[in-house]
Amino acid sequence: MSRMGRDAELIATTDPAALRAEIVRRALPGVEDVVPGAGTVLVRWSPGAAPDLGWAASWRPAETAERAGREVTIEVSYDGPDLDDVAARAGISPDDVVALHTGAVYTVAFTGFAPGFGYLTGLPEPLRVPRRSSPRTRVPAGAVGLAGEFTGVYPRPSPGGWQLIGQTEQTLWDAAADPPALLSPGDRVRFVRC
Amino acid sequence: MLSLTVRTAGPSTTVQDRGRIGWGHLGVPRSGALDLPALVRANTLVGNVPFAAALEVTLGGLVVVFEADVVVALTGARCPLSVDGVPAGHGVAVGVPAGAALRVDAARVGVRAYLAVAGGIAVEPVLGSRSTDTLSGLGPRRLRDGDRLPLGCSTAAPGDLPAVGAAGDVGGLGWAAAGELDLAGVAAGYAARSVAEPAIPAEPVLRVHPGPREDWFEPAAIEALYATPWTVTSESDRVGARLDGPALPRAITDELPSEGMVAGALQVPPSGPVLFLADHPVTGGYPVIGVVDPDDLWLAAQAPPGSTVHLRRADLT
Repeated sequence: MSRMGRDAELIATTDPAALRAEIVRRALPGVEDVVPGAGTVLVRWSPGAAPDLGWAASWRPAETAERAGREVTIEVSYDGPDLDDVAARAGISPDDVVALHTGAVYTVAFTGFAPGFGYLTGLPEPLRVPRRSSPRTRVPAGAVGLAGEFTGVYPRPSPGGWQLIGQTEQTLWDAAADPPALLSPGDRVRFVRC
Repeated sequence: MLSLTVRTAGPSTTVQDRGRIGWGHLGVPRSGALDLPALVRANTLVGNVPFAAALEVTLGGLVVVFEADVVVALTGARCPLSVDGVPAGHGVAVGVPAGAALRVDAARVGVRAYLAVAGGIAVEPVLGSRSTDTLSGLGPRRLRDGDRLPLGCSTAAPGDLPAVGAAGDVGGLGWAAAGELDLAGVAAGYAARSVAEPAIPAEPVLRVHPGPREDWFEPAAIEALYATPWTVTSESDRVGARLDGPALPRAITDELPSEGMVAGALQVPPSGPVLFLADHPVTGGYPVIGVVDPDDLWLAAQAPPGSTVHLRRADLT
């Protein structure tokens, strides 16, 4: 564990989503934000309210424990502008790209970039392609992309450098909804072809 | 509902309160006033709850008109304030008659001024906050000429400031949860009607708590961080203050897996350190060499482009 300034702690963990769920479950007084990263959980507390987190560094989810998070299915039209490029890089056909992408179960590891943007892990090895060398100035909301070990869905129009393989009609982010984001850390995600 | 009309918005005026707390895991930045103590002082002066929404005025240029008599207060950056051309005080409650032009000019010292209005700015909250988040686009957009902003209800009017006992009716009630009402503060605000505005130093010293990734840097980098006067660059904004100075060589050159960030974090991409401010991204992929103490963040918020800041190592025990 290491401090992230006066009012936060950064905890290294192999399962950020599970540790986040456990910290939230314990409802520690003073904790304001619990933000997972790729291999960490950031716990932020209100001034003067440092919680006891001594247990967290060695905490492991019980083998029998139910996994935190919901099951989410996202329907995708696999007609993204980079589908053929991704297939060529992977040395497979576009249909194989779709079969691989729909055949895996992903986990929302962490968020960032924009409200509702989840970094999903579990991408099959052949689909791990680098981001585009020149990012697009505008990616539409609902675009399904790949970059490195991650896949994800753009929640709203924005610039973006991920390889776009498809498009969903589903709403990823609505600030007026409860919860506002379709995807939360720990959720398990399947993509299905529509 | 009463409203104010923005006659001239200025280059960068936003609505700010304390920000969105508890949504970081969904990718939502906190946002909120960059100089929080100044926001609290302005609200105290007009009898609002401490974190009622107010206007954060950057670079001046703001002219607003109210449709009824109101009480306002300006704190933070030292911006000339006037009512229909008559100079008004800084750090005091000011009565503004209906229809009068309230003008906030460019700062002579500091960067961000806070204009609180009795009752608070009552734009629709998003995820519990009325703050404009310039990174994610949540909350109201930056002010534009001609905007009308609703005001919360207040009993305050020029020459008719409510007695201490009437404070319970004042401002922001629709916004604040019951537990957040600062009745003692409201009473004190009206009683005092002036607050001590701290001096804004020309070369602030910011206390930095080392880590969490100090070990990713060469010892020479750590030494340089604390020995160098850093220049705030013109690319600074509500997301972060970019600091210009010597290179900070890395001991570990791997790519850092994305991790959570906080305001005050000194994140070091190859282009040089960025001191994250309120609209910072919730996760980042460059190592944080140290984190500025939250109590010193207002100093960073008031440091203009071209000015010098010093970083002082302050180990937490």
